Amino acid sequence: MGKEEKLDTKLAELLKLLGLEGNRDIELEDVELTIGEIILDQSVLTSAALKAVTPPKMKAVAPPTVKPTTLLEAPFIPFVQEYPGKIKEVTLGATKSKGGSRKPVVIGGATTPAFYLFEKTPPNPPVISVDVFDMKVTLPKAIRLQVEDVWEDTAAWAKRAVNKWGAKVLTLHLLSTDPLIKDTSPAEATKTVEEVLQAVDVPLIIGGCGDPKKDAAVFTKIAEMAEGERVLLSSVTLDMDEAGVLEGVAKAAAKHGHLILGFTALDLNRAKELNRKLCDYIPEGDILMDLTTAALGYGLEYSFTIHERARIAALMGDTELQHPVLSGTTNAWAAREAWMNLGPEWEPRSLRGPLWETVTALSLLLAGVDLFMMMHPDAIRTMKKVTQQLMTRGKAKPEKIANWANAKI
Amino acid sequence: MNVTEREVKRGVKQLSPIDVYMLLPRTNCKECGEANCMAFAAKLVNREVSLEQCPPILKKEHEKTYKKLQDILAPVIKEVTIGTGEHAVKIGGKLVMYRHEFTYHNPAPIAFDVTDEMPLHARFPGEEAIIDRAKKVENFLYNYIGRDLKLDMIAVRSTSNDPTTFRSAVEEVTKATDLPLILCAFDPSVMEAGLIAASGRKPLIYAATKDNWKEMADLALMYDCPLAIFAPNDLDLLRSLSKTLIEYGVEDLVLDPGTFSNEGLSDTLNNFTMVRRNACKGGDELFGFPLIGAPITAWFGEKGSKEMLAWNEAYVASMLVSRYADILIMRSIDGWVQLPNVIWRFNIYTDPRKPVSVDAQLYAFGKPDEMSPVMLTTNYALTYFTVESDLKKFGGNYYLIVADTEGISVESAVAGRYLTAETIAEAVKNSGVAEKVKHKYLIIPGMAARLSGETEDELKNVGLPGWRVIVGSRDSSGIAKLLKEKWPPKEGEEK
Repeated sequence: MGKEEKLDTKLAELLKLLGLEGNRDIELEDVELTIGEIILDQSVLTSAALKAVTPPKMKAVAPPTVKPTTLLEAPFIPFVQEYPGKIKEVTLGATKSKGGSRKPVVIGGATTPAFYLFEKTPPNPPVISVDVFDMKVTLPKAIRLQVEDVWEDTAAWAKRAVNKWGAKVLTLHLLSTDPLIKDTSPAEATKTVEEVLQAVDVPLIIGGCGDPKKDAAVFTKIAEMAEGERVLLSSVTLDMDEAGVLEGVAKAAAKHGHLILGFTALDLNRAKELNRKLCDYIPEGDILMDLTTAALGYGLEYSFTIHERARIAALMGDTELQHPVLSGTTNAWAAREAWMNLGPEWEPRSLRGPLWETVTALSLLLAGVDLFMMMHPDAIRTMKKVTQQLMTRGKAKPEKIANWANAKI
Repeated sequence: MNVTEREVKRGVKQLSPIDVYMLLPRTNCKECGEANCMAFAAKLVNREVSLEQCPPILKKEHEKTYKKLQDILAPVIKEVTIGTGEHAVKIGGKLVMYRHEFTYHNPAPIAFDVTDEMPLHARFPGEEAIIDRAKKVENFLYNYIGRDLKLDMIAVRSTSNDPTTFRSAVEEVTKATDLPLILCAFDPSVMEAGLIAASGRKPLIYAATKDNWKEMADLALMYDCPLAIFAPNDLDLLRSLSKTLIEYGVEDLVLDPGTFSNEGLSDTLNNFTMVRRNACKGGDELFGFPLIGAPITAWFGEKGSKEMLAWNEAYVASMLVSRYADILIMRSIDGWVQLPNVIWRFNIYTDPRKPVSVDAQLYAFGKPDEMSPVMLTTNYALTYFTVESDLKKFGGNYYLIVADTEGISVESAVAGRYLTAETIAEAVKNSGVAEKVKHKYLIIPGMAARLSGETEDELKNVGLPGWRVIVGSRDSSGIAKLLKEKWPPKEGEEK
């Protein structure tokens, strides 16, 4: 107390000296105090004088602050959260002992948002499935060059993806079944799937053509033929329900031991509705979701945000969203910036295109996607490298970048 | 100021318009342009207006509540200004952690490095040079759905570690460009030389470390500049430095927990996430500052071709745009590297509440007459804006029917059966375009080619007999060429 009184007296004297006495208070900043005297450095005098001419502050004299001379310890304590929910763990493909002939792959099982290793390491890394088509299709040049010698031989294309690019899962798009393209019959389509099952030993995702009735017929037939292989039927929709064919497909999948992918267009309420319907026919552990992947530049932010929302809602306990999610990342190529000639300053397209697919994939990787359908080998290679790196913490070497601001490239 | 005892700021989600309303003058004077104070409060909470748009609150008698309001409305991540006047750039100012909680503010500026040992101009092709690089950054431009996307800043690094050399390089940069600056050096005497050369430009000082923080803090105060803290992979140190520098009197801080592009990428993302989460969810004010990411570190100590390193830098940057970086420092200015990043940055900073779709109706471009082409697309906003910007670029007169596909793009709408022969025919009929033109030709997107035959049948069914379908380009950039070849259509060769 005594010291404070003394300080007030000293201050009053000081203010008088400065010609600032009267009914106004000043705020002291950057003041060093030693017992018995006040030392003010020049900058404080200047700022005090400046403050005195601005509108006065009717405040008690603020406690003077002392500039620290040594580092003040403020240890970091991470804010961690409890999540009541968990994403279901799902196995794609089945081994011989389980009734199939695949090298299975496990996805899902997350108990925290994507790659929050400070809370928990994800039980399974996200997985990439490589796209293969059952007919020649329009493909961007960057991709076409990689496959054009095999694109009329589906089994050879599948082998290329597994043996050359190291695909652990394949997506076989049965595009030719489209009634408006070739209208390949369910029997023929089933034969193609059979050939691919024989050519490779990785789990398969079976892609339909988008026509609800045709897809239902094709999926049902394939489910029967591929008994026990745990293929993923991609995809079923609420349109199928409206067309009255959802129940048949889902029951066939359940009967023959397969998985089902429910597709909805950027709408979590519809995703939940579809999952509820599917649960009537198939074990809930056999359901995956496709919430729609829009290309970078063509709405990726909507996909990103809906995936973040879905994952957080699932972890917070929404059981209808606790299914692993799949992204049709090849959609990235729908963006003109991925393939179009934009002029020399944007070349080479051979890098721009695969980078487009890579950035689309990585953005959704951070939003929580568990399974990616991808196409370009360079994008796939980067995704594999990054997912592997993201699975382990503690590998940063601070000395490597410690002097980066002053280092030569 | 004892930062550790300050009250934890309530998140933006907990802030209700009532809380704000109670602190407003409640005069319902309408000077702000709103019907009443409650309406203004609701907009304030939604960040659609600024507090200063309320003239009465600025009066002296409301000084206390004005300050209180400023405080409760302040973002959890401090907004820091780099540069001055019209060239200033604001970073941070985030209200939330996740994009779905609230719109992200202040798109992360991207700075490009020049070094004090680079020549002013390249002496041989491919040589990196100060002025050349600054101009390249300034000239970068991509028009994306009607918006100009640009690059933002220059980061001057001292590889010489010599004050005189750094000073003259910074001088050259300030002469060459008005872009906001970051000065990068760990030696305070080098930094001060740069600050003298950049006087009046208010650059970001990069960076205070455990070794130089005191000197850097003095410089930040003396030259009135924001200060970055660099504590690679050490959040205890980052937080301690933040506390120390705040107590020292430095108000505008920027946090760098280190960017590791390869091994250590996981640490990088976890550190950025933990820092941001502590600030947004844990009320940790020592971490309530913008984060700086340095994808440029992909170039240090890594083997590989230039393309390979630029590729790594590019995707690391995109991940940091997603995971909380408020400002980035990069090396490669190449178009293919920056295009995905400037677009992703633009996208992620848009309002997540903004409708995904545009109105499904008939749009006219130019002054279409009875012989103008009739085209069709879907009502996904980005699809529409892409087509719109192409049609405007080509000039000319067109009708464009926008079909309701529930906001889905053409390709997905065809696949998901949102765009079918039936929906197309309905859209044509409802548009009323048949009464506006004399011809009977509809151009559909190339991505919907397989619907062409069926669509002609459906058009008949909805009472538009004789209408023919022309399959357009797969991308709207091809419309000009298509029209040149196929418009006006000659009888019998409409396909």
